[in-house]
Amino acid sequence: MTQIWNIPGGIHPPENKQQSLRAPLGHIDLPAELVLPLNQHLGAPAEPVVAVGDNVKTGQVIAQPGGQFSAAVHASSSGRVIAIEDRPLPHPSGFAGPCIVIAPDGLDTWINLEPCPDYRAQEPVELVQKIRLAGIAGMGGAGFPTAIKLAPKANQPIDTLILNGTECEPYITADDRLMRDRPEQVIEGARLMAYLLGEPDRVVIGIEDNKPEAIAALRAAAEGSPIEIAGFPTKYPSGGEKQLITILTGREVPAGKIPADIGIVVQNVGTAVAAWRAVVRGEPLISRITTVVGEALDVQRNVEVRLGTPVAHVLAAHGFQAAKASRIVLGGPMMGYAIETGDVPVVKTTNCILAPSQQELPAPPPAQACIRCGMCSEACPASLLPQQLYWYARAQDHEKLEAYNLFDCIECGACAYVCPSSIPLVHYYRAAKGDIRQAQVDKEKADRSRERFAFRQERIARQEAEKEAKRAERAKAAAAAKAKMAEKKSNAGTASDPVATAIAKAKAQQASAQQSPVEQRAKLERQLSAAQGRLALAQEKLSQAETEEQAEKCRAAVKTAEIKLTDVQQKLANAKDAPKDDPVAAAIERAKAKLTMSPLEKLNATIATLSERLQKAEAKLAQAQTEQSAHVEALQLGVDKLRAKLNEAQEELASHSPTTADERAPDDAASAAIERAKAKAAARAAMSDTDKLREQVSSLEVRLDKARQKLADAEAEGSPHVDALRTAADKLANKLADTQSRLENA
Amino acid sequence: MALMRISSPHATGPNRTTQVMLTVCLATLPGLMALVWHFGPGPLINVLLASIFALALEALALKLRKRPIGFYLRDGSALVTGILLGLALPPYVPWWLIFVGVFFAIVIAKHLYGGLGYNPFNPAMVGYVVLLISFPLPMTQWVLPAELTQQTPTLIETLLGLAQGTQGLPDGITGATPLDAFRQNTGELVLDVYAQSPVLAAGQWAGAGFEWVNLGFLLGGALLLQQRIFTWHAPVGMLATLLLLSALFYDGGSSNSAGSPWLHLLSGGTMLGAFFIVTDPVTSTTSTKGRLIFGAGVGLLVFCIRTWGNYPDAVAFAVLLMNFAAPFIDYYTTPRTYGHTKPRKATEKSE
Ligand code: SF4
Ligand code: SF4
Repeated sequence: MTQIWNIPGGIHPPENKQQSLRAPLGHIDLPAELVLPLNQHLGAPAEPVVAVGDNVKTGQVIAQPGGQFSAAVHASSSGRVIAIEDRPLPHPSGFAGPCIVIAPDGLDTWINLEPCPDYRAQEPVELVQKIRLAGIAGMGGAGFPTAIKLAPKANQPIDTLILNGTECEPYITADDRLMRDRPEQVIEGARLMAYLLGEPDRVVIGIEDNKPEAIAALRAAAEGSPIEIAGFPTKYPSGGEKQLITILTGREVPAGKIPADIGIVVQNVGTAVAAWRAVVRGEPLISRITTVVGEALDVQRNVEVRLGTPVAHVLAAHGFQAAKASRIVLGGPMMGYAIETGDVPVVKTTNCILAPSQQELPAPPPAQACIRCGMCSEACPASLLPQQLYWYARAQDHEKLEAYNLFDCIECGACAYVCPSSIPLVHYYRAAKGDIRQAQVDKEKADRSRERFAFRQERIARQEAEKEAKRAERAKAAAAAKAKMAEKKSNAGTASDPVATAIAKAKAQQASAQQSPVEQRAKLERQLSAAQGRLALAQEKLSQAETEEQAEKCRAAVKTAEIKLTDVQQKLANAKDAPKDDPVAAAIERAKAKLTMSPLEKLNATIATLSERLQKAEAKLAQAQTEQSAHVEALQLGVDKLRAKLNEAQEELASHSPTTADERAPDDAASAAIERAKAKAAARAAMSDTDKLREQVSSLEVRLDKARQKLADAEAEGSPHVDALRTAADKLANKLADTQSRLENA
Repeated sequence: MALMRISSPHATGPNRTTQVMLTVCLATLPGLMALVWHFGPGPLINVLLASIFALALEALALKLRKRPIGFYLRDGSALVTGILLGLALPPYVPWWLIFVGVFFAIVIAKHLYGGLGYNPFNPAMVGYVVLLISFPLPMTQWVLPAELTQQTPTLIETLLGLAQGTQGLPDGITGATPLDAFRQNTGELVLDVYAQSPVLAAGQWAGAGFEWVNLGFLLGGALLLQQRIFTWHAPVGMLATLLLLSALFYDGGSSNSAGSPWLHLLSGGTMLGAFFIVTDPVTSTTSTKGRLIFGAGVGLLVFCIRTWGNYPDAVAFAVLLMNFAAPFIDYYTTPRTYGHTKPRKATEKSE
């Protein structure tokens, strides 16, 4: 018997698993459209390799993994690609994202598969690559690309492989169905993964004891193999990766580490089967078992759904009555998220579509005061103190939140479930996490710019020092009075176009300051979750406000929060719209444009931006005034300042326009010098030799005059440089004589 | 299809704060019935009056604080405070005494600190202690149980008592409680105390009437435990400590004895305190370990004050003192978070 450890906390919500287990695994017709998001996993989105109008076969690759942290996407049925565009995604944010849309032809013609029954003849590396190309991603929840987990770092020997068949969320039975119906495939999947991980000492499949049929089926299938089938008491959330590890091994994943760091890999049973099918049968991941359940449906069961099938199509096939449903949840009632539209497709991670009736999952009652009852801390599987976290989340005390280990919260929802005051605790934690991450990013940015500043200061100091050193050297060289013309050379050396370097540097700085689109999007998403949290907070306050005055204030707060939210959503949508156009390039473009702009153009541009900003500020001010916001004064100040700036710019423009209307930036001394030098060079090139010589003579005469002058001055002052100056003057005199003689000869 | 966007979890447990509070109220019934059985209608009137005052003052305080009255009244916490204070008061006290007690409980101890969830001290106990210090005489006069007087005050007498306290009652109806009997003990063996004190002599273990009242509250507490309204930690911590100490100091029933464990467990406010006062979530600690310590602290203090202090009962003082200590206990009992090697002190900076 496998030893089982206990985990702290946990709850026993009604399991509601029977509804979907009465009927056998079902199949449904293909929908009119298959919508395949390019990002069904954690990490970078896949890159499409088909074009609109292409005909594709079932299982054909339609998008390649876009990097190490990515997974491929395959056509889940044969047909024609009719669009590659943004569609609503199955994501808590409810955003749209790039998807490949296929109109199935109904024939379901497969590509030629490449089975590989004897995978042991191949290197694990090759097999992992196969799994990667088959698009396998974690099917239990987060959708972590499987190949990455199966290729741990060389310094992380894996001693335990755990297959997660816990399925602790109420309602969901997809893995249960799979384990009952295809136990051999689960076991084969476990063997395959064990091979890939270098045959760990222990391979164990963990299942809650509310699934006796699944346990029995797997035990039978595993007969005679060293694979352990461990049943343990049902308790939510035993299926959390960290929780399962503790239950089965008694070990804990240290905070901030991953299981591989302590030699453990956890995979979902569904993922194991998908990986096995990918390797042995060559089948890519194009379908999954999904639990379709809830009282708003006529038929509740598990179905095998092609990926990309719209949720509405699945629901319609099960007699969905929209009027009865309180909401539609993807995933379970504890950690799933409600979706706003049935257009979102089933993806690799969709383990459950829950359509509960009003009675089943009623809208949450209004939150009451926290009575510090401690039910939440008793339920927390991570041994946190949720009520303290709630307290500090409301107070936005980030330091305290981190001290109370907010980031160890797995958002399992056990605390909110037991809270007698129905406080949406998890919501607060999510918002707080978003806020903290945002603050960290901001801080890092500030640090970086501070560093840059320090770096710049240092560079300037260094350049000064170098110049100083060079000056000294030059003086020495002159003093040594060697015949070689060190001066000219050193001139050439230092003059290696400082303008160009400056531009290059500015560019580099701009590039580093500019965030990559991915970063930007992540930032926006964080802002979004924070904004959502704030909205919820404001709404809660509103529901508690009593007097009209308070309510008015709260309503205003809700309004602002909503505006902010839509704003962020908009931005994020934009960011997603245009992920291709490189902001770095754009910035450089802009900088270049500015560089070449005449001062007049520059001024005009400034005025344009200023008046735009002024307009915005004024609009804000007006809004604030009607809402009697506390910021009116600050806003007023801002508007005034902007106006002053604008006036200034306009005045300057007025003074400029008559004189420098179309002159090119003459203010830049360096570029002017370069211009002059270039002009000289060009002129020289055009001159005949004699002319050149003549020119040289005259310039040498001038220089000689100057040098003599300097020498005289130095002698008068008794300067220590007299010797050097004298040699220099002599040299010039020699050169002049030399050139003159050449001119005569010529 | 326009659907609602609600964040997880979508399911909520069956626990509701209102329900918790109402269950607590119901669970006081066995104790209350025992009180009425042995001491007449006085305790019932106490509880009724205190509840009415509590609800009225709560409504008033909410109104002054501009909070939604209905929403907060419905959480039932004021009712619980009223009932508990009513149960703790001696039967047949004047009505204004009850009012003053409830006023301190609801307005001062609760709302001045910010309302439910923010009050550091148990409101009912604050009310009780204020009364005990300000009006020691009426607060220390207990009527004798029916076993001794063969009669309990009638309803008329009770209502009269509301105006003037126990003076309105027939003579000889008040007397020493079991705990008083021990405090007044001047060097006699426990057995003799039992023989001489009428209230102890008429009882089984800890004094006639009082022991049944305590058993009634024990029953109610057991019900709450079974309903998982609170965890066992605080009551067990308190009772176990009390049992242990009283057994240690029982001293074989000598003249120095502080009384038998039975006496301590089943007299005064022990059971009411153990199951209805130290379990108050707001003013106790948050972690289970902390609650064990909290309960034990109350038990220790109760025993010390009863044995060496000057007051008739000690539960209220002990609870208030431990309310003081609760934040410190919380501080030192922060549980170890998953994946961390040691519990982190809340004041430490995050890594
Ligand atoms: S369960 Fe709710 S009411 Fe109880 S302590 Fe936690 S947050 Fe407060
Ligand atoms: S959501 Fe977080 S705080 Fe709440 S029980 Fe789960 S891990 Fe604990």
